[in-house]
Amino acid sequence: MAVAAKTGNEAMAEAMRQINPDVVAAYPITPATEIVMIFAQFVADGLVDTEYVPVESEHSAMSACVGAASAGARVMTGTSSQGLAYMYEILPIAAALRLPIVMCEVNRAISGPINIHCDHSDTMAARDFGWIQMFSENAQEAYDNTLQAVRIAETVKLPTMATTDGFIISHCMERIETLEDDQVKDFIGEYKLTPSLLDIENPTTRGALDLQDYYFEHHVGVGEAMKGARSIIKSVAEDFNKKFGRKYDLIEGYKLEDAERVIVALGSTCGTLRAVIDELREKGAKVGLLKIRVFRPFPADEIAKALSNCRSVAVLDRVEPWSGVGSQTFVEVRSALFNLAKKPKLINYMYGLGGRDISLKELAGVYENLKKADSLQEVNYLGVGE
Amino acid sequence: MTAKPGWKQLKEGDILEAGTSQKFTTADWRSERPIFHKERCIDCKLCWVYCPDSSILLDENKKVCGIDLEHCKGCGICSFECPVKPEKAITMQNEHK
Amino acid sequence: MASLKDLANRKEGLSGGHRACIGCGATIVARQIMLASPDPVVVVSATGCLEVTTTIFPYSAWNVPFLHNAFENAAATLSGVEAAYNAFMRKGKIAKKINFIAFGGDGGTYDIGFQSLSGAMERGHNLLYVCYNNEAYMNTGVQRSGATPRGANTTTEPVGKVRQGKVKFQKDLTAIIAAHNIPFVGQSIVGNWADLTRKAEKAFATPGAKFINVLQPCRLGWAYKPEETAALGRLAADTCVWPLYEVEKGILKVTFKPREKKSIMDYIKKQDRFRHLTRPENAGLVAEIQAEIDRRWELLISKDGKQLY
Repeated sequence: MAVAAKTGNEAMAEAMRQINPDVVAAYPITPATEIVMIFAQFVADGLVDTEYVPVESEHSAMSACVGAASAGARVMTGTSSQGLAYMYEILPIAAALRLPIVMCEVNRAISGPINIHCDHSDTMAARDFGWIQMFSENAQEAYDNTLQAVRIAETVKLPTMATTDGFIISHCMERIETLEDDQVKDFIGEYKLTPSLLDIENPTTRGALDLQDYYFEHHVGVGEAMKGARSIIKSVAEDFNKKFGRKYDLIEGYKLEDAERVIVALGSTCGTLRAVIDELREKGAKVGLLKIRVFRPFPADEIAKALSNCRSVAVLDRVEPWSGVGSQTFVEVRSALFNLAKKPKLINYMYGLGGRDISLKELAGVYENLKKADSLQEVNYLGVGE
Repeated sequence: MTAKPGWKQLKEGDILEAGTSQKFTTADWRSERPIFHKERCIDCKLCWVYCPDSSILLDENKKVCGIDLEHCKGCGICSFECPVKPEKAITMQNEHK
Repeated sequence: MASLKDLANRKEGLSGGHRACIGCGATIVARQIMLASPDPVVVVSATGCLEVTTTIFPYSAWNVPFLHNAFENAAATLSGVEAAYNAFMRKGKIAKKINFIAFGGDGGTYDIGFQSLSGAMERGHNLLYVCYNNEAYMNTGVQRSGATPRGANTTTEPVGKVRQGKVKFQKDLTAIIAAHNIPFVGQSIVGNWADLTRKAEKAFATPGAKFINVLQPCRLGWAYKPEETAALGRLAADTCVWPLYEVEKGILKVTFKPREKKSIMDYIKKQDRFRHLTRPENAGLVAEIQAEIDRRWELLISKDGKQLY
């Protein structure tokens, strides 16, 4: 175990070095560029055995990942925003072929208008493509999630993205604890795909045209694998905790047990919320945080259980999906709570789009508002000029 | 008809064994049927190399020995390309004659 | 070069039972290219006729490892496969020589897959990309592509009262790929198996990125008699509509020169996609097409034997 000061991008790149994938195919994009740059330097310095494919676009990056993973390689890539959007077409193909590709994704606003800063509109728009999605609160989690993503993807046989928040995590230096190379090697183990596309003695056809007869069945196969991923993600987290002493789960509560007013959030804002909660708790307010670490598969049962005893809940989402009914997390949390006998009042705040800062005061204001949640409209914006 | 496999029986992913189209017949596509005349064949293999349906059969010595009528669609390329004169080693005949 | 007898002793890459049209040229291209490989092959195909007709689940016509990803990314996908192979070679996990082949139609190659192809060629992956070029989007019902020749009738650039099919000449993709300075680029046809398999053999024997552009008569889009697929290909070479040549290590070589160059009209008359060009009022357009074919052919001949790149 070593302690180092690293940005989120450096932490993810370091995880990639230690994972030492067979193939990395990637294309630079702000704010994920550094991940690709740092990894390319590892290749140039001979610090990894990886076959690095510096493609001409993200579309080709994901395409090459599908090819390499079909050939049985342990494959990684990294991207952000428009880059992820350019990959969208290939993401569900990777899932349908059950390829455990691991992606380091840096959350950034989707154009337009063009913006390079953090929100979750890129990753949220990719939520229905059969990828396991993990959000990180800080650089440490970015590192730990990247390592766990390899085990998760290869066990579930579904592609997995570990995400950080653009600039807020990707470019901020933090103290993180990294594992020894051997510990990582031991934790992720060997990977072998049987048969692989390169198995010329046992030739296979992959990606066949699937019409009315079998498309449905194959689609359900992915859905069921995603359902089963919950327990696998939990057991990988347990093993990680047992070996390295850092605890993870699908969701995480902060001062949630007796909380009456709760904010649900993802990513870096959770760190800010902890400070807000500590301050409000000192004044006697029963407030808490429910952090969603894994968005796909969606931990609906766990969320319903965790929120069943509180009075009011605000779902904070760093995305405005233009749906007219609120953000993705809000809609899914509401759905998770629907069958509870006793439900909290639920409201939605969309905030922080395009890197707009969110202040302690604004977050404290949300907790304040939750006192009168019944009188609030369901879907709201936080911190927008009107 | 045997029930087709459900999602639990299918391999994980859209993955197939090789060469399974052999089990699918395209014989009913044919309106013209190629007839192989072994005695005229000079074994030049032009019919074989131009067959779009891999339906020119070769024997163990890799000599042309017949036509796979389960998969031949009756395009007639084999007969057209056959250089044997005056009568070709593969001739086409109406399927329903 | 391998004789037909030699080819017959190799593994048949494609089984019967696929759903390609009667007399399809694309499957002929695929078979001949694979037969030309003395080593095992792994195939990636772009979405298109060849892919949809040969892999209708649960029936695959491929006897070799085969992967389909999407429409525009066969080259990028195969570059990933080749990268994995290199990684495994380096780690001693695989030792056998494998030839990597991508097949794409002209839509997936000239148009939507152009970027992916260019990238893979520039990166120099050890693979062969084969375009089975039937000069339109045949799989979806004859829509025009960047490979569609001037005057051809397609469903998205149709013949009408004021337009006579495709307005522009096709782009010269073979030359564009040759300009990537890759070690081998070829242009061939369905109907000259010796030319096609010889070029493929050369490609397989050459390390690096290789490209072969094969003109492939298409029953559906060109509309001709099914038995004439190979013959129509040869006619394209005889009229110099589709010259056969290669660029090996930068040196251009015309691999077929017709003894007597046939008129473009001989080619036009055979195909329903050009039927309107046989009308007297289109004689001027035909003359323009003939002049452009002649110009391109003369230009090519002037470069024969020369170092281009």
